[in-house]
Amino acid sequence: MLILNCPYCGRDVDETDLHAGGEAHLKRFGPGSSDDEFEHYLFMRENPKGVHFERWRHVYGCGKWFLAARNTATLQVYGTYSAQTTEPPQHILDAIKEAQA
Amino acid sequence: MSERVSALRNRETGGSVQVRDAGLRGMITLRGDLSNGKLASVVKSVTGLKLPACNGVVQDGDTGIAWMSPDELLVMVAYDDVPEALDKIAKALSGQHHLAVNVSDARSVMLLQGSFVREVVAKLAPVDLHPDVWQPGQIIRSRLGQVAAAFWLVDEATVQVICFRSVADYAFDLLAASAKAGPVGHFARGT
Repeated sequence: MLILNCPYCGRDVDETDLHAGGEAHLKRFGPGSSDDEFEHYLFMRENPKGVHFERWRHVYGCGKWFLAARNTATLQVYGTYSAQTTEPPQHILDAIKEAQA
Repeated sequence: MSERVSALRNRETGGSVQVRDAGLRGMITLRGDLSNGKLASVVKSVTGLKLPACNGVVQDGDTGIAWMSPDELLVMVAYDDVPEALDKIAKALSGQHHLAVNVSDARSVMLLQGSFVREVVAKLAPVDLHPDVWQPGQIIRSRLGQVAAAFWLVDEATVQVICFRSVADYAFDLLAASAKAGPVGHFARGT
């Protein structure tokens, strides 16, 4: 069972109250981009065994999207953070580094 | 005018934890910037109450304000006062990005009363309801069985539950069954 802390309402939320939104930090390639870029944006997803950044929505609660860093192999959660970020914040990266040390 | 009835039509159960329909209640979903002073003051003029903090509920009888998300409140007033309240909100926030909708007939409110209410809800929702985590005045939005619901403790022996009207019967039956099955004794105190 996965429990994530929603950074918007601060509650520890069970996986069944959340909606998974796939990979985080995708950069959108729309009109004007090359076919390769567009294909990559639309279809290509990371599927790592290990550290993964994901989008989640607190769908049964406050309804907000947030991002989570977790390990797909050990299920360790490194932290959750605001969806209004284009890359993982430093404290999340530090937590990952610490866990892997 | 058509007869206005709550979804549960005053159903109630007996037993040591009583589940009953709270009847008609005026409810307004208000979305907008909660840090906006005008929003806070119009909500205060409608309810007479101050805005609750994150995850909070303030209540005075059937009037109240519940924090639903960082940009959403549920404003509760008497059923017949909703149009007037909506007018007030529209006037106070005109020209500002907000949304105020009358959801009185789209929700159902239930009241649970008895010694082990905390456990009646805890058996149905995938959230930690331990007294260390869940205290009176704090709203939790989660699920009851398979449907979305919001609930808060009024005091240690009273819980209010709000769910969608279309699933009111399901939620009521679920709570009634949970109450009938009796306490589990999981929580060391507050049961």
